[in-house]
Amino acid sequence: MRVLAAMSGGVDSAVAAARAVEAGHDVVGVHLALSRMPGTLRTGSRGCCTIEDSRDAWRACDILGIPYYVWDFSERFKEDVVDDFVAEYAAGRTPNPCMRCNERIKFAALLEKALALGFDAVCTGHYAKVIEDADGNPELHRAADWAKDQSYVLGVLTHEQLKHSMFPLAETPSKAEVRAEAERRGLSVANKPDSHDICFIPDGDTRGWLEERIDMTEGDILDVDGGKIGSHPGANAFTVGQRRGLRLGTPAADGKPRFVLEIRPKQNEVVVGPEHLLAIDEMRGIKVSWAGVPIDDVRTGVEFDCTAQVRAHGDPVAARARVEEDGGVQQLVVRLIEPMRGVAPGQTVVLYQGTRVLGQATIDSARSALRPEPAVARG
Amino acid sequence: MYVDHAATTPISAPALAALTRELSRSGNPSSLHGSGRRARRSVEEARETIAAAAGAHASEVVFTSGGTEADNLAVKGLFWARRAADPSRTRILCSSVEHHAVQDTVEWLERHEGAEVVWLPVDTTGLVSLEALRAALAEAPDRTALVTVMWANNEVGTVQPVREITAEAARYGVPVHSDAVQAFGSLPLSFAGSGLATMAVSAHKIGGPVGVGALFVGRAVTLTPVQHGGGQERDIRSGTLDGAGIAAFAAAAGDAVAHLGDEAPRLAALRDRLVAGIRREVPEAVLRGVPHPAPEGARLPGNVHFTFPGCEGDSLLFLLDLAGIESSTGSACTAGVPRPSHVLLAMGLTEDEARGAQRFSLGHTSTVDDVDAVVGAIGAAYARARKAGMAGHASTIQTAGTGFS
Repeated sequence: MRVLAAMSGGVDSAVAAARAVEAGHDVVGVHLALSRMPGTLRTGSRGCCTIEDSRDAWRACDILGIPYYVWDFSERFKEDVVDDFVAEYAAGRTPNPCMRCNERIKFAALLEKALALGFDAVCTGHYAKVIEDADGNPELHRAADWAKDQSYVLGVLTHEQLKHSMFPLAETPSKAEVRAEAERRGLSVANKPDSHDICFIPDGDTRGWLEERIDMTEGDILDVDGGKIGSHPGANAFTVGQRRGLRLGTPAADGKPRFVLEIRPKQNEVVVGPEHLLAIDEMRGIKVSWAGVPIDDVRTGVEFDCTAQVRAHGDPVAARARVEEDGGVQQLVVRLIEPMRGVAPGQTVVLYQGTRVLGQATIDSARSALRPEPAVARG
Repeated sequence: MYVDHAATTPISAPALAALTRELSRSGNPSSLHGSGRRARRSVEEARETIAAAAGAHASEVVFTSGGTEADNLAVKGLFWARRAADPSRTRILCSSVEHHAVQDTVEWLERHEGAEVVWLPVDTTGLVSLEALRAALAEAPDRTALVTVMWANNEVGTVQPVREITAEAARYGVPVHSDAVQAFGSLPLSFAGSGLATMAVSAHKIGGPVGVGALFVGRAVTLTPVQHGGGQERDIRSGTLDGAGIAAFAAAAGDAVAHLGDEAPRLAALRDRLVAGIRREVPEAVLRGVPHPAPEGARLPGNVHFTFPGCEGDSLLFLLDLAGIESSTGSACTAGVPRPSHVLLAMGLTEDEARGAQRFSLGHTSTVDDVDAVVGAIGAAYARARKAGMAGHASTIQTAGTGFS
């Protein structure tokens, strides 16, 4: 196969590309330039698309003996990921930019260009597994190493995208193994720190970054009964489940810490309350997509057993889910067997059966059995 | 097939011989003993050869590490010296199609040294407007520190009317710098006859090694040094001279200029064959710069530059590279990211038009076979690159369609 290896400059994508080469594929390395300001050097585990990352990717390709190119997707990245991230926060929701990047950049803009230029697949260093079912249809599964598993951020991929995706790190037992392999292969990125933060917020200060881009007006912090107990510099920079940075002078009556339960962007209000009210029993998802061919219960609208996960490294919880159709548009209703904490509109819920990713939806609203009103609703 | 000679051209046989000969010898040209005198002699002979090749006096040659350093030294050096003589002289008149070595230097002076920059417009062929130059000079001649216009453009090959430009500036006594990195060795040129104050050239564009170049500095011209140290090169450019590189540069320059009379028409014929061939294979492609057939001396003899509608230059480069053809999109940045070229935008192209740029540049090793190989590969590469089209702008792949907006 002709394989385009997306090279971030990190150790995972370098080893993934190496394995693709070793498997006999005809591999070309491509580094995506995603930032308009690439002239910066990396500090620690933050930042990407720096000169250093580009050079690291280049050197990895040199060692693997494959051609290397830099492709500019900065315009698409800005529109589809960065601007979207700001707009979602401004609307009081909590988006996942890595997921958006996978959905629209790596496995859309890049994949499409690759296919048009004669490639068969895009290879990345994600920890996830694509297998084929008996009919040759792709299924997305968790990686062998659950601690590193990244199937959540790939949960948005559709049948067509999965057909052309290659994740050579699927069966790797651990990250340490990948580093050791990089070392063995003479890849200089073997000891490069992992990146954790959002790549386009170089200093990791998401709140400060958002405050520069979203109009902030002072507003009220309310308790669950609607009483004003403080003020905030702007509701948009808060996230459901957040505890720090509320700057409430007086402690709660029970003396326990308070958490953000709800953000009301229209009213510019933040509702806070005790931790137990963060527990969510049911959520409704929109913008539903299926990772490959949907299971039969999806088509028939029957409620099915699954596990639900709402953040990249959150624990999956047992759930029952069903699909409702309204005018040909699917909505997903997920009932959680055990309540889950810190669920915010805009987050993605990914459903699994065992290791298999079924699909995903964007959380539109969520309910706590302990609160009479919807705990969090779309603003 | 290498068609990127404007980026760098293979070292010529006389230059390689001079380089290896001098590398095996030791001696600092500034030392006063025998080895030093021998090294100095080699440098001075080279200086004379290069001066002769460019129609300059030997004392006007200031060796540098290359074209970029020469441009920096000229633009900053002239600006600082002219401003030191009269603090009101802070204007720089600069063409809008300069190489980054000049453009970024001018922008740096604007940001950090209070320079006031007038960007001189160009027409659709990339030719700088003499009318705009005249107007800009007349507007505030006393406050003008310098004019800088390249001799020939590195992307589209347009040759500028240097003599007319210096004549206009001379009426007000304003010095003119020209980046002649692409012109030197490709066009007959004379520093003495040009009326320029300073002129930058580079060795590796003409068959010499990378890492050596020169700034021609007129004898009456004062420059403030950028780099300080031992006072080599008329106290204008300190640093131990690269004797081997300089000897090789001279060998390459002597060779290039000696063969210019035969080589320029040979390359121009290959260039015209390539232009005709690409037009035949891809009728939609648009030749940029001086229209075909270019009058003699109006376009660099080795330069072919097309924009290919509906495709990205980097896709085309990638596909040609896979087919064994080494070309260029014409501009690049440090991370290797192709951006729409400021030269093409200055010529009035839209960003989308400019994205489809591809430069093919011929040089001393180019043959008919190279040209025919490009012509043979361009049709298929274009068809495919066009299919990849603006994939970076609009995707048709079925995605989950998340997000509320």
